[in-house]
Amino acid sequence: MKDKGKQSPDKENISLKLTRRDILKGLATVPFAGALAISAWEKLSSERARKRLILEELGLTEEAPPEEVAPSPKKKELIRIGIIGFGGRGESLVRSLGFAHPDWVKRKAKDAKKNRFDTGLQDFLNQEDLNVVITGVCDIFDIRAERALATAANDVRPGGGKRKLPGAKRYRHYQELLASPDIDAVIIATPDHWHARMTIDAVAAGKHVYCEKCLTRTEEEAHQVYEAVKRSGLVFQLGHQNRQLESHFKAREIIKRGLLGPVNLVETTTNRNSPVGAWVYPIHEEAGPHNIDWAQFQEPAPHKVPFSLERFFRWRCWYDYGTGLSGDLLSHEYDAVNQIMDLGIPYSAVASGGIYFYQDGRDVPDVFQVIFEYPERNLTLVYSATLSSGRNRGRLFMGHDASMEVGNNLVVTVDYGSTRYKDKIKNKVIDLSLPLFTFQPGARGIDTVTSATEKYFAQRGLLYTYRHGRRVDTAHLHLKEWLECIREGGQPSCNIERGFEEAITCHMATRSYLEGRKVYWDPVKRRIV
Amino acid sequence: MQPSITHKPAQVSLKPSQLYLLTFLRVLIGWHFLYEGLAKLFNPYWSSADYLMQSKWIFSGLFKALMASPTLLKIVDWLNIWGLMLIGLALMLGLGERVACWAGAVLLLLYYLAAPPFVGYNYSLPQEGSYVIVNKNLIELAALLVLSVFRTSRHLGLEYFLNRKKVSSAIQAN
Repeated sequence: MKDKGKQSPDKENISLKLTRRDILKGLATVPFAGALAISAWEKLSSERARKRLILEELGLTEEAPPEEVAPSPKKKELIRIGIIGFGGRGESLVRSLGFAHPDWVKRKAKDAKKNRFDTGLQDFLNQEDLNVVITGVCDIFDIRAERALATAANDVRPGGGKRKLPGAKRYRHYQELLASPDIDAVIIATPDHWHARMTIDAVAAGKHVYCEKCLTRTEEEAHQVYEAVKRSGLVFQLGHQNRQLESHFKAREIIKRGLLGPVNLVETTTNRNSPVGAWVYPIHEEAGPHNIDWAQFQEPAPHKVPFSLERFFRWRCWYDYGTGLSGDLLSHEYDAVNQIMDLGIPYSAVASGGIYFYQDGRDVPDVFQVIFEYPERNLTLVYSATLSSGRNRGRLFMGHDASMEVGNNLVVTVDYGSTRYKDKIKNKVIDLSLPLFTFQPGARGIDTVTSATEKYFAQRGLLYTYRHGRRVDTAHLHLKEWLECIREGGQPSCNIERGFEEAITCHMATRSYLEGRKVYWDPVKRRIV
Repeated sequence: MQPSITHKPAQVSLKPSQLYLLTFLRVLIGWHFLYEGLAKLFNPYWSSADYLMQSKWIFSGLFKALMASPTLLKIVDWLNIWGLMLIGLALMLGLGERVACWAGAVLLLLYYLAAPPFVGYNYSLPQEGSYVIVNKNLIELAALLVLSVFRTSRHLGLEYFLNRKKVSSAIQAN
């Protein structure tokens, strides 16, 4: 269709020469992109400026606390471990040490096949090889002792195949284990009524000790253990693995810098709602007087009773063997606060509570409150626990300028009445509806929260991350610290001083509850009065 | 009556009001994608892990597996950020619109499938509205499919320059 005289309208419109109209059509939407670029820049840079301002004011870095850089223990001496008590906790500690029972490995392999999300076995195998072997086991329940032997000999482990596992020898009595020259250090994971005697005898036999909390069952024992460990010069670590939590290091830094202002109230809680959480542990089907050494079990207990499966498996429910919530869970909570604030032993304690839900024959309370006073620090520590309601109440440090909630993660919120942050609140640098900042362990460090969604994550602790490639087991780190101190000297983080403070504080609570009165610590006589 | 859409060589003609409103829609979606990408790029704490972790329905195993692998998660995060930004930029500037529309629709479909708002499914992440079956991801997805048919970039956008050349050479060839 070629007609020189009459050009088609199409051809007229679409000549190859660019007109102003063409350019407008082609670039019509570019200004929107420009507008977005400008707005995005403004928004992002104002958020960054706000964050910088806050971090400068706080004198905090964005960094996580330095990661462990301890030299690899493989080059150093092998440590031979004896385990006393191979119940749930003992087995779990030994796994943190790098030894798992073949059944556990099989079960976790199956779990991983069913659910790729379950990385328990892989996490275990990726654990650092601590260069230890288990050479002795002692449990007064035959089935558990056999389980411990199989665990000690299982080479499916971190660093498996690198060295010949000697396997462990079973001892019927812990004193026989302590007498063995094949053992350098012991882990005590028995019920609390055995802790004192075993620790004292272990250090007397020259063995280093990792003992589960609570340090002892009574005040008197705490003094004896303290003296014995101090005298021995051996390495003692109490099993408060919270000492390894990154968020606690950061919390300590925040308190040290005074970012919360004067802290006047610390609230900490236990919130559980399951039979196992309330120490109604399962009773092994094959257990009986024929395979449990009952006489030995109750030897240091104040009251002797006929054989009882309930008492053997659920010992935490009776004061004969432990101190209930005090020694089991207040001990952790107190130690966490002590780690963060260096509180030491309180001036006084008042406790109350009762057996309100689990009226199953136990004599320890299942609802328990304690108020500790620290007049020299101008603060009160409140502990509140229930074993039959799971509502999470967190762990709160309340200061005049800001409050801090510490769990696995950490959230700091400025107080509306703050003196320190008054100007920043007025100038809108600090937004009171959002936390001042949060810290997610494993993430890149401190973040100043800039959106409601982030606030939500921070509170729920949903942001867990694989950025560093692996999740770390705190008990593993706690054991590792103990082993490092054995090899190189030095004091672990939960040494006998901290252990003594923990024990006395818990016993003040127990005494107050049992005697129905306020109790005090006499720092001169070093006695609860 | 004149048909409003006629098929000329590689071209759909639209009434001005239709063209302007569809272009407006394209720019808005482009803006949304581009800023979502930028915000993630500049937030060192962002990761798709939380979204994937809460996944439900028949594909949840797949999405959770992506999350469970550090390497895959890194790739997913990277693809997300750069995918969002490139799609957004393409829609805003009007270049490569059809590819951007389809890629955007696929991305939105993945978001939708990872956490579909079905009856009985509740999610831990906060949502800004109330949904059952239809949510904003699905609506934005449908809008992108509409845009992919109308291709407004050929009239308003960088594609106009390319299209102009093509059409004119086609006409001249006749």
